[in-house]
Amino acid sequence: MRVPDFEVFAAGHWWPLVPGVAGSFRDRIGSLLLFEHYNTRVVVLGALLLGLASGMVGCFTLLRRRALVGDALSHATLPGVGLAFLLGPLAGYDGGNRLVLLAGAAASGIAGAAAILFIRSLPRLKEDAALGIVLSVFFGAGVALLTVVQQTSAGRAAGLDRYIFGQAASMTADDARLIAGTAALAALLIACNFRSLTLLCFDEGYAAAQGYSIPLLDLLLMFLVVLITMIGLQAVGLILMIAMLVIPAAAARFWTNRLWVMLLISGLIGGLSGFLGAMLSAVFADLPSGAVIVLTCSLLFFLSLLLGRERGVLVRSLRRRELSAAIDREHLLRGIWELRESAVEFSGAVAERRAAGFEELLSLRSWSVSRLRAQIRRASAEGLVWLNSEGAIELTRRGVMEAERLVHHHRLWELYLITHADVAASRVDREADAIEHVLEPELIARLEQLLLQRQRSGEIPASPHEMAGFQSQAGSVASPEGRLP
Amino acid sequence: MTDALDWTWQYDGVILLTGLLCAVAASLPGNFLVLRRTSLLGDAVSHAVLPGIAAAFLLTHSRTGAVLFVGAVLAGLLTAVLTELIRDIGSVDEGASTGVVFTTLFAAGLVLIVQAADAVDLDPGCVLYGALEDSPLQTVRLIGTEIPRVALTLAGVLLLNLLFVFLFFKELLISSFDPGLATTGGYSARLVHYLLMIVVAITAVASFEAAGNILVVAMFIVPPSSALLLTTRLSRMIWLSAGIAAISAVAGHFSAIFLPRWLGYRSISTAGMMTLCAGLCFLMAALFSPSAGVLTGWVRRVRLSLRILCEDLLALLYRIEERGSASGVAGRSDIAIGQSGVLGDTGFEGLAKKLLCTRRLLILAGWIQQYRGHLVREGQTWRLTDSGRRVASLLVRSHRLWESYLATEGVGPGRIHRQAETLEHYTSEGLRNRLDTGVADGAVDPHGSRIPREDDFRIPPVA
Amino acid sequence: MVDLRCGRKLGRQHVSDQSIPLSIQDLTVAWHRRPVIWDVEFDVSPGRLVGIVGPNGAGKSTLLKAVMDLVPKASGRVEIFGRPWRESRQRVGYVPQRESVDWDFPVSVLDVVTMGLYGRIGWFGRVRRGHREAARRALEQVGIGELADRQISQLSGGQQQRTFLARALVQEADLYLMDEPFAAVDAATEQAIVGILRSMRAAGRTAVVIHHDLHTVPDYFDSVVLLNMRVVAEGPTHEVFTRENLERTYGGRLTLLEEATEALRRREQRL
Repeated sequence: MRVPDFEVFAAGHWWPLVPGVAGSFRDRIGSLLLFEHYNTRVVVLGALLLGLASGMVGCFTLLRRRALVGDALSHATLPGVGLAFLLGPLAGYDGGNRLVLLAGAAASGIAGAAAILFIRSLPRLKEDAALGIVLSVFFGAGVALLTVVQQTSAGRAAGLDRYIFGQAASMTADDARLIAGTAALAALLIACNFRSLTLLCFDEGYAAAQGYSIPLLDLLLMFLVVLITMIGLQAVGLILMIAMLVIPAAAARFWTNRLWVMLLISGLIGGLSGFLGAMLSAVFADLPSGAVIVLTCSLLFFLSLLLGRERGVLVRSLRRRELSAAIDREHLLRGIWELRESAVEFSGAVAERRAAGFEELLSLRSWSVSRLRAQIRRASAEGLVWLNSEGAIELTRRGVMEAERLVHHHRLWELYLITHADVAASRVDREADAIEHVLEPELIARLEQLLLQRQRSGEIPASPHEMAGFQSQAGSVASPEGRLP
Repeated sequence: MTDALDWTWQYDGVILLTGLLCAVAASLPGNFLVLRRTSLLGDAVSHAVLPGIAAAFLLTHSRTGAVLFVGAVLAGLLTAVLTELIRDIGSVDEGASTGVVFTTLFAAGLVLIVQAADAVDLDPGCVLYGALEDSPLQTVRLIGTEIPRVALTLAGVLLLNLLFVFLFFKELLISSFDPGLATTGGYSARLVHYLLMIVVAITAVASFEAAGNILVVAMFIVPPSSALLLTTRLSRMIWLSAGIAAISAVAGHFSAIFLPRWLGYRSISTAGMMTLCAGLCFLMAALFSPSAGVLTGWVRRVRLSLRILCEDLLALLYRIEERGSASGVAGRSDIAIGQSGVLGDTGFEGLAKKLLCTRRLLILAGWIQQYRGHLVREGQTWRLTDSGRRVASLLVRSHRLWESYLATEGVGPGRIHRQAETLEHYTSEGLRNRLDTGVADGAVDPHGSRIPREDDFRIPPVA
Repeated sequence: MVDLRCGRKLGRQHVSDQSIPLSIQDLTVAWHRRPVIWDVEFDVSPGRLVGIVGPNGAGKSTLLKAVMDLVPKASGRVEIFGRPWRESRQRVGYVPQRESVDWDFPVSVLDVVTMGLYGRIGWFGRVRRGHREAARRALEQVGIGELADRQISQLSGGQQQRTFLARALVQEADLYLMDEPFAAVDAATEQAIVGILRSMRAAGRTAVVIHHDLHTVPDYFDSVVLLNMRVVAEGPTHEVFTRENLERTYGGRLTLLEEATEALRRREQRL
């Protein structure tokens, strides 16, 4: 007996989105954009809402480090569908009734969730094994049940597999309403439990100490996943439902470190993918709808990976280069300054020129010849140093100011480390452009005083020039709020 | 018997063989997937088969099995590589990056397939997925007999996996246990990872052709997990997982034959039943594993608390005897238990209250001690026999010795009783002797009670 | 004088020296934007026991990991016996923190110790009896020979630590890097580890140990490196382990500082 691969079916790829849109390419685009076609409106709306809801729920599963729970639970809904079909008539319901099937799917999904929690509690078995076991065993049971179902005349008549695996083409207004309702329910549940879900994801121990029941919260989260999965199965199929639970949230992560912003962005990306994907799939009618939605979503993910403002690759690599350049520049300028400074303090004369030879600089640190040369080139391009008549690297007027600033800055940080050594590690951000951006104004004022004292007492050579412009600005201090791990 | 089963070697035997080969072959590398906490990578890789085949077909326009096979394996490897890449450069959670990669590839595969199907009038069904029930159909002529092709492929894969696990055992071990050490020790943990992924991909593709997606993913994860619950030695775990996989395959096959008959249907998916049997094996392991089983743990705990209750009962009766006797020594002559009044309620209710247990449990404990000959029933209570008195006295001796010892060590008076209450149940004669030498006064405890001597109630040997 | 300037001795040229077990120059490690350690520079003389101390979060583990190339360096150079890490790897034994592995793994104590030899056995070699014997000897050396066949999840903290130590010992390395080996171990284990360290020193080997307990620094280590994101001070213990330096490293008024320096002064008076 031939057993179809359910997952291929489940992708819903046999049915194009909108079979009825006729006409030339241009006509089609036109009619779509004007939302002329009823079916299209319904489908696009449904896909949008689905993306929105799954994006939000996906945030929490991602942060709970359980991103693939959607994979496990969506596979776990299968036996429930089969059982509901077989047992529904016993309870007096028509086995093909959509709601009965959904109820079965939900029950089976929740059973799967409970099984995941149980397996996790066993010794030596970890999260991923729990997900994998539930996924494969429940799915296998489901497949077995469905092969049985297909042999009943009722099953064949109902075209059960089409019900189960959905077809976006026949998405009616009812279906869209169902999706909308479920999405609203999910949003409501999230809003009501926002704080506890947040705690669950960030600090399980603290949540438990505060009296929250961790298994119950986990079940709530998984219940949300089951909800979304059930409605999504009909629209985009099984594998692709998983994608909608994982990809928007992962993409949103690159844009922000704050949870509620991440929720919004994730919902946005999910909804946008649903919208665009459904539209695209209507234009290119021969492409499988669910797949197009997912590919759209992935595209957004890769764009976020590269360009995400907070953690994107480009941004990070730019920051690394900036950091490297800043470190190099500081080493160079500070090096020149301090070399001359130690010469000055013995002679007592005021150094008019701040310059150092190449060899001197080379021996100052462990940098290679080429790296030092590159630094000097960059610094002279920035107008901070120039090669003077004796072949030494000399600070320009701007260079002197910058060097003084860096030296002063560095010494304030050193002093801070000495006086507040026990807390320093969490606050030090030496590469911050200005120490004022990290430490409080009162603290900086105290450090400045201390620095002045030590300069006066001769512990540190005094700067021959007034270090102008270093009044501690009363400014707002950036305070981290709700930082994500 | 085979007649009754309607079982034939050519048909059912092949199905059984194929399923068996697939299951055992998958369980071998699956052990390491589970130990490295990347079980779902097996699932991801097997989903990459679809796009791999589609891409291979579109690129080469060939329907040759070998070409498609290679394409699928490469797609599987690509899944693993991309997952790692995204995880590293994007700092993305491992599960999420797996999810992103395999669903994207799968979606891409679907699109490609539709294109391929249109281009060449190809029924995706034919090329793509297999079913165990079809495995007898395609055969290859080898050494004079017709051998089913998929069985041959799977046998080769099984051999490959055995060789892999055997040759690379220590590399797999060290890179799974402590990748940092592996890398500093000169093994590229990454290289080992990719070798494992190649093996997983080959297994997944070969099984996909034979049995679809369902079976191989299950066998990657479920038998090794069951084995992990049963043993704490890696080599034993690997053998066990292969055994459990084999059992699941056999049981699954036969239940796929029997079950539909009982339920009145014609047939049922064999792969599904094999998976279900693997799940049942796991459940058995989870419940009954000697070291990790839920039920065995529960039974152990219950037995322990019952043992403690039984001992406490004897000790309580002994103390009552002590208090009731004029000399302060428990003996058989002096008192009659069961009398209320000065001794308090010594009936069932009173005893249960003192021992903080329910009446029913108390009676159970009493029954057990009666069975052992330590107690005799007297109306609504019991009386210690000679042997019972001996056991009880040793227990009380342990308790009071501990109290003395703890007091000597400076533990506060409020705590010595409670600690002694716990320790008394785990004190052997040897330990008692050592305690005796370690305390200041071996005759009286900190509360002033007499400490029974070791030989107080020793039953004299029969002459 | 408080020298807040660049910590390096100005004008000194660096020459690779094969006798120096560990030479760190100008090391800076950054994570995401924040520097974790910077301008770290010190040399370790052969045959010494060197302690690295500093408050939590001061970058001590990061320092060790940067030495072993497990984290990328923003700048600076590390030389082990005059050569980069890749070439001297075989001569280094690493004892990581206990949390770095999953103690549920189905292996025995002997298996874990034998892993120390895998680097020498190579890709296709087999583990022979001789290797297992060497592993057993290392286990005897750390005092848990009888636990060889026990599964690792059944070990106490001190026994786990000794297992890791045995794994490093079996390599017969010349330089040992240890990350908080004394953290949360019982007194007996602590004494055992100290004994092993001292016998290592007697054999001419070098150990660099991240340590958390200031009380015992003067007893255990010949040299000490005070680290709080940058090196506050480093050198022989009796010179460097002063109240002033400790305050600069740890900040605040810690009574244990006073105890520690008191103990130091008492020792010096006795000498």
